[in-house]
Amino acid sequence: MAPCACPRPCLVKTFWLLVRAGFRRHSTYRLALLAGMTTNSVFGIIRAYLLLAALASAGAAIGGYDASTAVAFVWWGQALLGTVNLWGFSEVKDRVRTGDIAVDFLRPLDPQLAYLAGDLGRAGINLIGRGLPAILLGALLFDFAWPPSGLSWAAGAVSVVLAVVVAFAGNFVINLLAFWLVEIRGITLLWMITGGLLCGLYLPVPWFPDWLRTIATWSPFPSMLQQPIDILAGRVVGAGIATSLAIQLFWVTALLALGQVVLRAGRRRLEVQGG
Amino acid sequence: MADRRLDLAVRLRPYRVLLASRARAQMQYRASFVTDILGTVGVGLAEFAEVWVIFHNVDVLGGLDFTAALLVFALSNLAFSLADMFVGHLDQLPRYIRAGQVDAFYVRPLPLLAQLMTSDLSLRRVGRLSVALVALAIALTTADITWSAATVALILLTVVSGTAIFSALFTAAGGLQFFLVDGAEFTNAFTYGGQYAAQQSQQVFPDPLRIFWTFVIPTAFVAYLPAVAILDLPGDHLAPPWLAWFTPLAAALAWGLAGLCWRSGTRHYQGAGG
Repeated sequence: MAPCACPRPCLVKTFWLLVRAGFRRHSTYRLALLAGMTTNSVFGIIRAYLLLAALASAGAAIGGYDASTAVAFVWWGQALLGTVNLWGFSEVKDRVRTGDIAVDFLRPLDPQLAYLAGDLGRAGINLIGRGLPAILLGALLFDFAWPPSGLSWAAGAVSVVLAVVVAFAGNFVINLLAFWLVEIRGITLLWMITGGLLCGLYLPVPWFPDWLRTIATWSPFPSMLQQPIDILAGRVVGAGIATSLAIQLFWVTALLALGQVVLRAGRRRLEVQGG
Repeated sequence: MADRRLDLAVRLRPYRVLLASRARAQMQYRASFVTDILGTVGVGLAEFAEVWVIFHNVDVLGGLDFTAALLVFALSNLAFSLADMFVGHLDQLPRYIRAGQVDAFYVRPLPLLAQLMTSDLSLRRVGRLSVALVALAIALTTADITWSAATVALILLTVVSGTAIFSALFTAAGGLQFFLVDGAEFTNAFTYGGQYAAQQSQQVFPDPLRIFWTFVIPTAFVAYLPAVAILDLPGDHLAPPWLAWFTPLAAALAWGLAGLCWRSGTRHYQGAGG
């Protein structure tokens, strides 16, 4: 490979190499991908029938969802469940606790960027290995609303990437709390439970009662799942797409910036023993 | 007779000691323990929120009104959290297999399954259990139930058999882990997926799926079929009210299947070569 022209190791190239490493790392366990896809699909089938029964009982669309968009909601949700890291990760937390994070600080790339690259790689293989088969199965079994236009496909793809980054950035901040707290299990649990409910995995956020919907709207969680799904299912179109992407972009910036602040504060606090 | 009882007490003593030690260990770190319990309360509430949000939009779902749906939710969650507390840690088996720790269980003079079942007692699950109990109390007091000895018997029978059904699913999953190892998540499809199916009105599913959840993986027996009988609902062709009384039979069949899976799994296992 030709040496990079930049004076320091080229940031973009390093980032890309780490993305590919993340992709390869998570593509090693193919049986695990298939297993995950199977479980996602069983839940998809149950939830699709549940939502269809609710729509049949209401006799009309609920919260802008009719039968085929509700089916799309369910299957995009199941497909993106493995792509977007909703349930969080514990790698950074463990490295803070063992002190290994000091090694990450010594590396030429900012730890936040390095872990983000790895997570994007993980998201990529999960989208291909777990997400796409789930979508195909959903479309095969049910009357499935495909994205209504090329714009929806393109904006949906951008929105999925933003969703992966929002989820990563949020979880990264939670992991870094290990600098101050001995055990962050309680906080992780709280994040998972509120996130799971408010992100629009179980039921669409527009189905929530007003007060719960308001809480969800002001939280970063819908940016992790509900917003890409809305674009892909065709519930949000036209100018709504721009608003949706802008909100996601806001959370990407805010949470990444917060991560940097916390990372720097933690770095000053870190004491590693031994030589 | 007295001798036999004494004999049994002696035979069960190791399990009792093991379980008591697991329980004590969990309560050593008070703050962690409380956090974990609050966590499982949260999981239970989130599950309930799903039911509640749907009924915020509709009045009837799959032939059930909110109270009836609450009863189905409560019965399935009660059975699942009990089973999860007693044998849910069989989920950890792939980790033991990969680390070669299963061999250590084999050399001890107690049956493998009994050891693994008593290797832990997840007390933190009482959080979710208490959510289910509160839901059950509310459902039973607000629903229009004609109480009789038969109703009480059916409820007790349902909780015991439902717990047995979910425990059987966990055990069957454990047996399959000896073959799957990396594909451990396959079995989540019918353990956690079965739980998700159990807490729905079965009428939302098309017939083939209902037959599957009734006669293959019998999770319809955990909550929906008993609820039809307890509330004296008309039911339909796949859910006649009398079918609820066959719940123990469903549990027995599930355990037959679990036994087969476990037996073939343990026979397949070749050891870690230690």
